[in-house]
Amino acid sequence: MHFEFHVEGGNFSKAGSASSQLKKILKQLNVDPRIVKRVVVALYEAEVNVVAHAYQGIIYIDIDTEKIEIRLVDEGPGIEDIELAMQQGYSTASPEVREMGFGAGMGLPNIKNNSDRLSVTSQVGKGTTVEIITFLNN
Amino acid sequence: MKIKEVVELLNAKVVSGHDQLDAEVEFAFASDLMSDVLTIETDNLLLLTGLANLQTIRTAEMSDINKIIFVRKKKATSEMIRLAAENDMILIECDYSMFKSSGILFNSGVKPVY
Repeated sequence: MHFEFHVEGGNFSKAGSASSQLKKILKQLNVDPRIVKRVVVALYEAEVNVVAHAYQGIIYIDIDTEKIEIRLVDEGPGIEDIELAMQQGYSTASPEVREMGFGAGMGLPNIKNNSDRLSVTSQVGKGTTVEIITFLNN
Repeated sequence: MKIKEVVELLNAKVVSGHDQLDAEVEFAFASDLMSDVLTIETDNLLLLTGLANLQTIRTAEMSDINKIIFVRKKKATSEMIRLAAENDMILIECDYSMFKSSGILFNSGVKPVY
């Protein structure tokens, strides 16, 4: 199964709507609730990152019997130092993002904790791609 | 403890999810930082927070939290109430501080997550 969602940079009122839709889909597919929680927490963190930092992005989701593959491709400033961004506590979030209860430098580490595979690639001035894979039979 | 006892103890007001007043509460977590809330793995959690915006409800939705108490006189907006209702959540508003609300619930036997 393949799904795509558009994410608008800066629009916090819509942040999380793709994650919410994926949660509904996974529940309908009778995926183990513990796996659903891991997947949607990881996607929600990543979706908030796109809203917080990028101009826009697309979320591609592929579900088969073995795994859930999520790819977030954004157009934005990119990440200069991915290793630094992965460190807990490091953040470049704006005051607006912090007012929303985020921007504490916990997003990427939390995505890592809630996924089986995480890959982050970025090109400064162009954008960032985040790939999250979760296996269904673990 | 039932959520209706929590409401009484905190002299609080239910603004959404009145049909769930008999639900049981075992664990609570208090935070204004949604990133912290998203790291909690405990099920059937009561969230105390002073952060009242749509992302509070979204965070709860992703974390399978369906009981939220807004402390420090923070109010839920109609948009928050609509989203909470869609997800079968109970929303409660309380005038007490986070410290006072947490202290009362802790003393009454609600357990911390860690």
